[in-house]
Amino acid sequence: MIKLISRRILQGILILIGVSFITFLLSFALPADPARMLAGKSATPETIASIRHELGLDKPMYYQYGRYLWGLLHGDMGRSYAQKTAVTELIKSRLPATIKLTLAGILIELLIAIPLGVMAALHKNRWSDRAVMLLSFLGVSAPQFALGLILLYVFGYKWSILPLGGYGTPAHIVLPALTLGISGAGWYARIIRSSMVEVLGQQYIRTAKAKGISKSRVVLKHALKNAMLPVVSMIGLDIGVFMSGIVVVESVFDWPGIGQLTWQAIQIIDIPVIIGVVTVSAIAIVLGNLLADLIYPVFDPRIKYQ
Amino acid sequence: MKKAFKLTAFTLILLLIFTMGFQVYGKSNKTMTVSFQTDITTLDPAIGYDWQNWSIIKSMFNGLMDYKPGTTQLIPDLAASYTVSPDGKTYTFKLRQHVTFGNGREVTASDVKYSLERVLDPQTQSPGSGFYTNIAGADEFSAGKAKTVTGITVPDKYTVKFTLVKPNAAFLHTMALNFAFVVPKEAVAKYGKDFGHHPVGTGAFYLKEWVLGQRLVLAKNPHYHVANQPLLDEIVFQIGLDPTVALLKLQHGEIDLLGDGIPSSRFVEVMKDPKLKKLIVEASQLQTGYVTINTQMKPFDNVKVRQALNMAVNKPRIIQVINGRASVANQILPPLMPGYDPSYKGYPYDPAGAKKLLAEAGFPNGFSTVLYANNVDPNPRIAQMLQQDLANIGIKVELKTLAQSTVIEAGGTKATAPLVWSGGMAWIADYPDPNDFYWPILGSASAAPGGWNWAWYAKAEFDKRAESADVISDPAQQGKRIKLWQGIFTDIMKEDAPWIPIFNEKRYALHSARIGGANALFADPIHIPVYYNGVYAK
Repeated sequence: MIKLISRRILQGILILIGVSFITFLLSFALPADPARMLAGKSATPETIASIRHELGLDKPMYYQYGRYLWGLLHGDMGRSYAQKTAVTELIKSRLPATIKLTLAGILIELLIAIPLGVMAALHKNRWSDRAVMLLSFLGVSAPQFALGLILLYVFGYKWSILPLGGYGTPAHIVLPALTLGISGAGWYARIIRSSMVEVLGQQYIRTAKAKGISKSRVVLKHALKNAMLPVVSMIGLDIGVFMSGIVVVESVFDWPGIGQLTWQAIQIIDIPVIIGVVTVSAIAIVLGNLLADLIYPVFDPRIKYQ
Repeated sequence: MKKAFKLTAFTLILLLIFTMGFQVYGKSNKTMTVSFQTDITTLDPAIGYDWQNWSIIKSMFNGLMDYKPGTTQLIPDLAASYTVSPDGKTYTFKLRQHVTFGNGREVTASDVKYSLERVLDPQTQSPGSGFYTNIAGADEFSAGKAKTVTGITVPDKYTVKFTLVKPNAAFLHTMALNFAFVVPKEAVAKYGKDFGHHPVGTGAFYLKEWVLGQRLVLAKNPHYHVANQPLLDEIVFQIGLDPTVALLKLQHGEIDLLGDGIPSSRFVEVMKDPKLKKLIVEASQLQTGYVTINTQMKPFDNVKVRQALNMAVNKPRIIQVINGRASVANQILPPLMPGYDPSYKGYPYDPAGAKKLLAEAGFPNGFSTVLYANNVDPNPRIAQMLQQDLANIGIKVELKTLAQSTVIEAGGTKATAPLVWSGGMAWIADYPDPNDFYWPILGSASAAPGGWNWAWYAKAEFDKRAESADVISDPAQQGKRIKLWQGIFTDIMKEDAPWIPIFNEKRYALHSARIGGANALFADPIHIPVYYNGVYAK
């Protein structure tokens, strides 16, 4: 186990170096001069030179990258061009909101997808199966911004039973998490269905049934547990993707997470923030996958890490 | 039992995670809530230079000069009075006494000098440093050759004197810019680069709370030096709100003012809603949206080609793209700007005449060219309209819709961008004086790499005329000066047509019924979206 974790951490570090290098390189591909952009239209040449010097833009690229990596090792991702605040500070202030929304979104995805997926598998090729598949198709296809706005309009504006976006009470998380949950549940339901169909056809299920174990026990204890492996992998990926910013949902619901920060940074080409967010996303994806690896043995004891 | 315990523990952990850090922000009766989609960048007056923080900073700091609320008329602010020397090169300001900073210390003339030197210091990295290089000794100070700016002197505690290199009638306007707002040296020293997040000023409001990405709360300064201001106890800026959701919130009574304006997708619907319509205030801006024609690139070095382009564009059709939220522009200056010439009608929409001009210029079959535009809606759609209009006279236009910074870079690089649609980057005057529409975007010196003169227009004759207008500092002769500027802009268009002026955008302020104040305060050309100090909550 320790060997696996250390190997994965080592791989993660290599991935992070690669990601930071590529992002850094891309920022150089931009035709705009960041110093001039920051200085605006009325600055003196001395001011532009001062900005260029502070950003290290007057130094060769390898020096700038080295400086960035050195800062990263010390938890310093530079300062935002626009907000003049430390990037770590900006990300830290947004991280709790994104973590909450990620967890709530995944929870709702599972709450919707597991019953639907199981039901569809049990009624394979019957109308209920087709109905679930149609619903999951609709959920996956619905654009998040449209779904979010509809939920906001109905529950927030028309019926006024939930807040119209924002971040303040637990009630605020319901609609954004529901939006994420509905969109993602379609994928999960489909995966659970096909995984369940496969597991339900296995010999040990037939044996369990022959032993006279109740149907619900066979489905929940024997089949579902084994069918969850691909779902665990998906959760691992989802953690990574959601943590890198649920841009659309956060924008619609005024949710102060990483996604909103990313969106704003891209609008004004705030390079230190963009690189910072990409780095954090890469960390989240690496950790999400590691987490999935660690959870596998819980669902399938045959998986053992030496 | 074990399972029940596990389930309870899991639920409790989840609840704990979700409720951690949640808090509700309550509001009092005299509070106004303003929505913004993006975070406020900084509240440092030497640094802040976007439309969002510009007005917030104005409500937290003061300068020697200001504008009469809702107008473009200059009035003294921290200055009790001022005099201008007969040669127009020396300005002497007497300060109001007993005005204090948020930290309780009285404002003195040394603070004025310090604040201006701070802006000119390259280390501050102020985007406004260029406005003050006409002060004697400013260049030497910026270059590190002098420790102070010799042209700013402090004869006594309440007097500050500015000596200019050459007379500049717009100098008083530059004293009303945020960059010239007075800051206390000790607070800047204390917070260093984070002063923008810990601002200390003399303004009507002080910073009460700032939660990055969520809200910024300003509270009333009880010691504010202007009588009966401000009228609100607090202003809450809610950050991160999509404009469409912000509108729903306003209709729901949760938001009082749409900081980003009415979302374009809902504009027509809002204008038809009788309830909302009466809460809208329409305002003109000191803005012109235009296409620059690179006068140094072929075939645009030929004035006939530039004039043909001016006659080819159907401007009312373009205005339809933005739901009619603008008026047709026929000249460089917007109607609100002193120097606007109501008698000048510009080039008529006449594609047949344009074709004729092109033939006279030697292009009977047209030619191919490139138009740069910002890639944020509605600019690509406007660029397509321009493309169609120019195709009608035989000019084949390739569109390059790119990120704003890339377009700015292309415009400021010699012989790169033949045509640039300015949307998203259109010129909004820093101060209501016509010279701000000339020197940075049409003057010869600005036709340089990194400059904003994207027409690369450089004509010594007009520079000379502009200089002779700017030396008229005598307040009694301002009418004459403005007349001179009027002639300059009209002649530029008549003789050289370096731009295609397209439209002057209007602003529509939508506020809740509980917020009151004269319409002029919501339509203030200097304070956008509103003059915060003057509005009240019912």
